[in-house]
Amino acid sequence: MSEPIVEQSVPVLRIEDLTVETSGARPAPILNGISLEIGGGETVCLVGESGSGKSVTSLATMGLLPKSALAVCQGHVLLEGEDLLRASAARLKELRATRMSMIFQEPMTALNPVLTVGYQIEEVLQAHSNLSSLEQRQLVMEMMEHVHLPDVKRIHGSYPHQLSGGQRQRIMIAMALILRPKLLIADEPTTALDVTTQRQILKLIRELQSELGTSVLFITHDMGVVADIADRVCVMHNGRIVEEGSTNAILRTPRQDYTRDLLTAVPALTPREPRNETSREAILEIVDLVKIYSTKSLFKPRRETVAAEKVNLMLRRGRTLGIVGESGSGKSTVARCAMRLIEPTSGSIRVGGQEISNLSRSALHPYRKRIQMIFQDPNRSLNPRLTVGESITEGPVNYGLSKSDAIAKAKELLELVGLPADAIDRHPHQFSGGQRQRIAIARALAMEPDVLVADEAVSALDVSVQAQVLDLLDDLQERFKVAILFITHDLRVAAQICDDVAVMQNGRVIEYGPAERVLQYPQQEYTRELLDAAPGKGWDFPNFRPLPANTPTGSFNQ
Amino acid sequence: MFGYFLRRILAAIPVMAVVALFVFLLLRLTPGDPAAIIAGDMATPEQLERIRVTLGLHQPIHVQFITWVQRLLSGDFGVSLLSNKPVTTLISQRLEPTISLALLTIFLTIIISVPMGVLAAWRHGSWIDNMVMSASVLGFSIPVFVIGYILIQIFALNLGLLPVQGFTSISKGVVPFLERAILPALTLASIYIALIARMTRAAMLDVLGEDYVRTARAKGLDEKIVLFRHALRNAAVPILTVIGTGFALMISGVVVTESVFNIPGLGRLTVDAILARDYPVIQGLILFTSGIYVLINLLIDLSYAFLDPRIRY
Repeated sequence: MSEPIVEQSVPVLRIEDLTVETSGARPAPILNGISLEIGGGETVCLVGESGSGKSVTSLATMGLLPKSALAVCQGHVLLEGEDLLRASAARLKELRATRMSMIFQEPMTALNPVLTVGYQIEEVLQAHSNLSSLEQRQLVMEMMEHVHLPDVKRIHGSYPHQLSGGQRQRIMIAMALILRPKLLIADEPTTALDVTTQRQILKLIRELQSELGTSVLFITHDMGVVADIADRVCVMHNGRIVEEGSTNAILRTPRQDYTRDLLTAVPALTPREPRNETSREAILEIVDLVKIYSTKSLFKPRRETVAAEKVNLMLRRGRTLGIVGESGSGKSTVARCAMRLIEPTSGSIRVGGQEISNLSRSALHPYRKRIQMIFQDPNRSLNPRLTVGESITEGPVNYGLSKSDAIAKAKELLELVGLPADAIDRHPHQFSGGQRQRIAIARALAMEPDVLVADEAVSALDVSVQAQVLDLLDDLQERFKVAILFITHDLRVAAQICDDVAVMQNGRVIEYGPAERVLQYPQQEYTRELLDAAPGKGWDFPNFRPLPANTPTGSFNQ
Repeated sequence: MFGYFLRRILAAIPVMAVVALFVFLLLRLTPGDPAAIIAGDMATPEQLERIRVTLGLHQPIHVQFITWVQRLLSGDFGVSLLSNKPVTTLISQRLEPTISLALLTIFLTIIISVPMGVLAAWRHGSWIDNMVMSASVLGFSIPVFVIGYILIQIFALNLGLLPVQGFTSISKGVVPFLERAILPALTLASIYIALIARMTRAAMLDVLGEDYVRTARAKGLDEKIVLFRHALRNAAVPILTVIGTGFALMISGVVVTESVFNIPGLGRLTVDAILARDYPVIQGLILFTSGIYVLINLLIDLSYAFLDPRIRY
């Protein structure tokens, strides 16, 4: 961990008693008087679950709160002693990008899709400097090299959709730091990125920070990232800072229950105890599965994208098979082919020994019931216009169960997933994210499937909720002996729930075996890279200690 | 980009072919003897025979179709039964008033409605927004001819600022042209202003919630630049679609306005041709307006590629 440079003068950012309420007739508090301080060259992590007020804090600092929804009602935000809350709109505009900058979670949506990225960086110079357009271009090119973008000339004229996620975030960083601001606010800047990209971006932020002396307010929900990047940590909960301290102190000796809960909920990278096989019955077999997307065009040669190449997987009753990999590796393609949501190009898919890859629509009907899916985002996978009961009973009724039996069953399932039976008449928006995912699980189970396909089913949830949902899946698996095909990019989650793990890269399964072997003793270079890139890998969070015989905390010494 | 253009242009060909077939069948498939329909109830057998020969109706239908298409391709749309002038001449004579009126209308629509919509979205929920929305309800609900007569009453009769009716070609000067064209253009524009102001507002409201607008603000950019360079360009595709279809509809929908303001344009030609059952002229007009439709849609498709780089595949 780099030593924070302690300056004698005023801190770069000092927030005092900041209170934010929703505007409107009945204001509700969002931030309840938070205070924090960031010194020169220091990285402070604001960590907390969704809704804790992390992003509101950062937007209030930048003066970017949506005026119609939120209003600051008291407090001070001092940037090098200047109160931003009392600054005029014109002054705030001047300060942005010159003294304080911000980078955001999703670089794809944070960049304007119809302007070239080079131009978007240049705009900062247009707004804040008197440089000639040639000088501007020169400076932008230099900055783009500074953030280690390759082939700067080409990328300068590219549009966001032509770049990779990591490249886009580098563009955002170049844009934010080109005028050397004192303060960089990074709002979950790596959450939408793959782990290996995440590691590179964190490293880049570290590097530029020490070079330019920037102070960083880093917002994250991920304790692993905290361990890797923070000098100091503020833990937020319900609009308050509940605990503050050095990274080491927070991770080793958390004083508050809430902080302890957060740390205990972080899934460990060490795989679960191997479970005994209860059944030899192969419930789902995927043999030599190939999926090729091809675009036909009259004028261009046929372009082919191989999304899955000779994939072989086998799942036994009551077991969990994890498919892990980065975005674009083909893991979702395999799952969708297994369900025949998309048509495989070749290969075979057997459900309980029956070949289904070549069945017609109507012949497939009875097999649909046997594989059910849980999706990533329960806010979007449940129809907002249907009641919970309608959502759950729709499937069974379609397969011939009487309405009253289906409702009785739905009630039973709701109780099983930990929701009150009266939830049946309510609508999805009346539930929290975790509860909605429970409803989605109940819906899948209502079909009495042999296989559950969970596509990033806990990725959108907070860690504490994530842990509960994983436990629930485990219980339900015991009870119904259902097999689970678990797709995730998160190795920690995979380690917690999977019996077997298949690692995918570029459409191929490159390593496949028991979770214990794959995650503890990886054979392939790529698997090792993935494991190595997992943030906070040097820490055993639930036990408040660094892992023995590993790299020391919070540094990038590779 | 070139491939995209070429594909769009090629796709327009079958559309025109279907329209041509439809127009051809229009007369031939009407029940009864087409010549009798054209000639009306009082026709003598000689007149009927003359019409049959003029239109080639005595030949078998496929021969008729082939001759007809051949003529079309060489630019021959037939001869008016009423005036004996070629249909192409009739259309081109009436083209200028209609096209210049339509262009002026579109111009007025864009410069009024787009800023209105942007402003309403920017100050969402404020009195400006409410005004724009009320004005657009008004624009939607008052019939075109009522607006036309109200405008004439105020500006031409009460204030005496502008002439009541008629048309002056733009070749005789911009001011005389505008004097006569501004009221009909405003009349025609009212409904499009209402429609496009609403469209712009809705599209801008969506875009203003996007992350890249927040990024643009976080860069310290001027609000004008945020609104027009960052937001409006992204909202432009749906707005442009409506403007394009609106324009195409307008060409075929000028009948009422041209009647109210007594303008010798395509709309009047259409009315006259229908009343006189002048089939060659009707066919020519349908073909012509469909051609304009297809052309405008083509232009819209092509302009998407300029606005949004993701479409240039």
